[in-house]
This record gives sequence, structure tokens and C-alpha cells, in this order.
Amino acid sequence: MSVSALRRPGGLPRRPRGGDRDVARLPPHELFGVALQGLRTRKLRAALSALGIAIGIGAMVAVVGVSSSSQANLLATIDSLGTNLLTVTPGTTFFGANEVLPDTAVPMINAMKYVQRVSAVYSVPNANVFRTPFVPSEETGGIGVDATDTQLVKAMNGTVASGHFFNAASETQPTVVLGAAAAQDLDITQATGHIQLFVGGTWFTVIGILNSMTLDTTLDDNVFIGLPVAERLFQVQDSPSEIYVRANVNDVSSVSNLLAATADPQNADGVDVSQPSDVLEARAAAKGQFTTLLLGLGAVALLVGAIGIANIMVISVLERRGEIGLRRALGATRRHISSQFLAESALLAAIGGVVGLLFGAIATWIYSVGQNEPWVVPLYALVAAPAAGFVIGAVAGLYPAAKAARLSPTEALRAT
Amino acid sequence: MIAEDVGGMSAEPHTADGVVLELRDVVKEYPGGVQALRHVNVDIHTGNRVAIVGPSGSGKTTMLTILGTLERPTSGEVHVAGRDVVKASDSDLAGLRAYEIGFVFQGFHLQDALTALDNVATGMLYTGAPLRDRREAAKVALERVGLDHRITHRPQQLSGGEKQRVAIARAIAKNPTIILADEPTGNLDSKSGESVLELLHQLSSEGATLVLITHDDHVAQGFPRRIQMRDGEILGDERQ
Repeated sequence: MSVSALRRPGGLPRRPRGGDRDVARLPPHELFGVALQGLRTRKLRAALSALGIAIGIGAMVAVVGVSSSSQANLLATIDSLGTNLLTVTPGTTFFGANEVLPDTAVPMINAMKYVQRVSAVYSVPNANVFRTPFVPSEETGGIGVDATDTQLVKAMNGTVASGHFFNAASETQPTVVLGAAAAQDLDITQATGHIQLFVGGTWFTVIGILNSMTLDTTLDDNVFIGLPVAERLFQVQDSPSEIYVRANVNDVSSVSNLLAATADPQNADGVDVSQPSDVLEARAAAKGQFTTLLLGLGAVALLVGAIGIANIMVISVLERRGEIGLRRALGATRRHISSQFLAESALLAAIGGVVGLLFGAIATWIYSVGQNEPWVVPLYALVAAPAAGFVIGAVAGLYPAAKAARLSPTEALRAT
Repeated sequence: MIAEDVGGMSAEPHTADGVVLELRDVVKEYPGGVQALRHVNVDIHTGNRVAIVGPSGSGKTTMLTILGTLERPTSGEVHVAGRDVVKASDSDLAGLRAYEIGFVFQGFHLQDALTALDNVATGMLYTGAPLRDRREAAKVALERVGLDHRITHRPQQLSGGEKQRVAIARAIAKNPTIILADEPTGNLDSKSGESVLELLHQLSSEGATLVLITHDDHVAQGFPRRIQMRDGEILGDERQ
């Protein structure tokens, strides 16, 4: 009569023995169940220690989210304004003197292939703007006067806040359009009611106020008069101080390459060509860089959270000596015990990571609504936040897990 | 009965003469120089019921933990279910405990968060058997200890005697060859203690080897073999 014959029916189905021995096993899904059960038994404690990780991860997600949101906002603005705007300005000579663009520059560029629209501004030297002739002449308010054509607003994808921009008729008359900042300085909010400004010793009627020109905010400080008027009244030369060129979206670089030579065939080196959207994109990138410091602060919060988890797990190991002893008696190897505590710790922190992701996403949402920006949480954060939690938890759990595995089962069983 | 065993043992990893637990000149020394066991020799045969009796500090608990492979001796030889405990690896011994040895403790060691059924099912966790099989076996085991009406109760809803029955069900659910009980009646009143003992006797009469340690001579009376211990040595080995 063998021992197996003595076994009662109905017990655990015996697997066919591999060789002559049975091996203790704990499949991954069982390990997960054991870890989850360990956390569920001590819900409040688990929640509080996960909170530390949640706050750290939340802070980091919020930092990344807020900067991504404002970056996305800036990029959206750039997109709406178009990346196909090129500017042509006179450069400086080798000796530092200003170059001068020839008067043929605008018609030549206008004739180029792939160019959609050209507009130019011409500075009107020695002309200042005043509300009345009684304002002392030195109080110019730093407002410049530029002459321009009828295409400026369209070329810049700008908008008019009030009134309208020049047309073929008004550009020949003493009329003036105000840049956004200049209008504010002059305290003019509406282009109605025949408001008159004293420009270079002549009365001009305000016919329009512009919104800020995002692609070139230096224009906001100026007031604009029509080029024919400027030539007539102020003897302005046909030499542009800046030319704005809209090229076909797909041909920006080929247009850009030819612009200098087209603007001034005799002295192409004296012409600067730039793409304002590049500058703004660089600024958007810089906005992302600025967050490093804040991310560092989030990392400190995470470190504190990790120490909290390690601390709780050590206490947990001491409290659960009885359970550890029992599990050893039931057939757990040391490795099973250590992986149980490691899994608990990692799971705890991963849950913290998920909650932190929610915190961060909500914080970003509140910010983006307040700033009227798009709500952006980077996709990688959705994976990185729980994964970071998991890794932090696993690292924090190393010591407690090793401690649990080292515990002598006999002592552990005597503990309770 | 023991003699009859000999012929059929070869299929099982036990020694040929039916000895399932064997201590040879075992010494267990704890740090600080305390000798809990001094040159102990014991053979226990398959299906035996043995009580190890002695006052506290006599080394009987140490003996049980060594028989249960929870500890290794400082010197000497230990064979459990045919395996050399001194030479076996940690995972080999864990496998032995998972399949062959059922423990019953004085303090029950039930998990409060789990139902009686899942507490018993946890007893087979480290065999790697799927939960459904474990629960099935747990249900059968709870029926065997007479607690089929308590399956969904949690430990705090059970009396002390019932808790110990759940713990016994956990030990026997995997049909171990060896049941090791450490003062199983120590926390119970005499009536439920009696019934727990009766249950253990009944279960072991179905084939498993039962080793019970107690300080209580009265508890030991019901056992066909009683090993008396004192100061880490065996004083007497009575058989009926």
C-alpha cells in the first residue's frame, strides 16, 4: 500500500511529477493577486503612501503639461499666421554702416515666381506723432511713423481691431492707421468720430487700429501712413526699411535663397533675409527648456515619496512576520517572499503614478482653461507616469523585500 | 501495517523502510550558544501518529521546525519524505512543504481579509495550481473538517475551535503525507480542543503521518507513540 493510495479522493489534482520532485511555484498572476491583496488589507496606509508618489508624479506631469500646452498654443499661433513669411531688411556694411535697399526691390520681388504677396514699410524719419500741436515736441512717446502700402495687414496675416486698413484711395490721403501698442500709448481705442493726430506737422485722420502683429511685434509700436502721402509730404525715398514676402508654403526655401539677390542684385550680401516663424519656434522650444528646474522639484517630491514607501514597507514586513512565516510554511521560497513585497511596493507606487497622472492632467486642464490655451498632456506621460511609479516602487521595495526574505520562518511564526 | 508499507514505497520518494521522517544525531544550536537539540535520533514511519511532549524550552518546537524543513540542523542528518534536508536547496525544501507537509499552528495564522474558503485555498498557493482547483480542493477540505456551512465566513466571524478547523483544512487540503501540529489546542477551551484532536486523529487515520507537539500530557495520551523531551534531549519514547 503506497502513500498515494492512501490519499483521499477530492484533494488537489496532482500534476504528473516532473522527475521525482515537486517544485514550489508562484505564477506571475498569482503574485499580482497576492500583492493586490496585501494592499487591499491595508487600504488607508496604501492610499497615504501612494499619495506621496502621486504628488511627485502629479507635479512633474503638470509641469510638462503646462509647458506643452503653452508651447502648443504658440505653435498653433505660428501655424495660423503661417510659416511662409519671409522678411527682407537692409544689412550693415563691413564697417557697420547701414545698407540701403534699392527702390527696385519691391517690384522685383513681386515679379518672383512662388511669391504670393509683398508688402514693404518705409521709415519716415523726423516725423513724430502727437495728439495735439501743443504737446512738447520732445514727448514723442517713442512712437515711430512708417509709410506702407495697402498689403501690409494681409501679408502679415494681421487683423484690424477697429476701422479699416488703407485702400487705394485712403493711402493717398492724410490718413493714419495705428499699431496696437501705439494706439494704447495714444489712448485711442476706436477709429471712429474723426479722431485727428498731428503727424509730422500735418493733421491726419485715424482710419484704423490694428491688433498686435504676432509675426513682427516691432510694428505694434508704429503708426502707418500711405506711401504716396509720405512721398508727397515728407519726401520719403522708395527705399524700404523692411519688406514682407509671403511665399508659397512649399517653396519657402527656394524663394528665401533668391530673395537677397533679387532685392539688391548689385549687393546681395548687404541684404538680410529671415523667417520670423523660425524665431517664434525657437522661442517655443525655449519655453519647453525652461521647465527643467520645476521638473527637478518634482523629482525631489518623488524621492520623498519613494522613501515614504520604503519606510511603510519596512514597517509592513515587521508587522507581517506571522504572514511571512506562514507563507514559508506553505511552501514559499525566499524568492517568493521577496517578490511578493517587491510587487506590493511596485504596485503601490504604480497606482500612485496613475493617480499622479490624473492630478497632473487636471492641474494642466485648470491652467489651460485659465490661459485660454489648448489642453495638452504629452502622450509619453500616459506611459511614463505609471512606469516611473512602478520603477520607483520596485527600487524602494528592494530593501524591505530582502529583509522579508531573510526573516527566519521559525522566528516569524513565533512573532504572533 | 508498517511492514506492509515496505513493498509499495519505491514509487514514492521515501526511504525503503517506510520511514518518512528521520533525524540522525541532530544538533541545533542558536546564536549565543543555546543548544535547542542535542544529538537527537528519531524515526517516524509513514502513517504514524506521534506526540512530542515536553515543557517549554525542551526543544520540541525546534524539533518540529526541523522536521518541517523550516530550519536546517547545525549538524546531523535529516531526511523528510525521502529528501536530504541538509543538502536540498531552499526551493527544493519549499516544494516539499508546498506538497508534502501540512502545518497547524497554535495561533491559527489565518488571514482576516479572506474567507474560510480562500484561507484554505491559500494553503495550496505555492503549488502553482489554478485558483479554481484550489478552491475546489478547499471546499472538500472544509467539508472534511465539518465546516461546509462556514465557507464564506471570515476568521473574525468564527469561534476559536472553528478557526483551528479552518487551519487544519488548510493543512490537509493538498493531501500532504505529513501533518505537523504545534500546540493546536493551546488557544482553545478544553471542549473545542478535544474535538480538534479528534479531528486530527481521524484525518491521520486516513493515511497521513501526524506529528503533534504539546506540553500537555493529557493531549498526548491519545497518541499511540509519545516522545518525551527535556533540555533538547529525548527522555523517553513510549509506544503502545
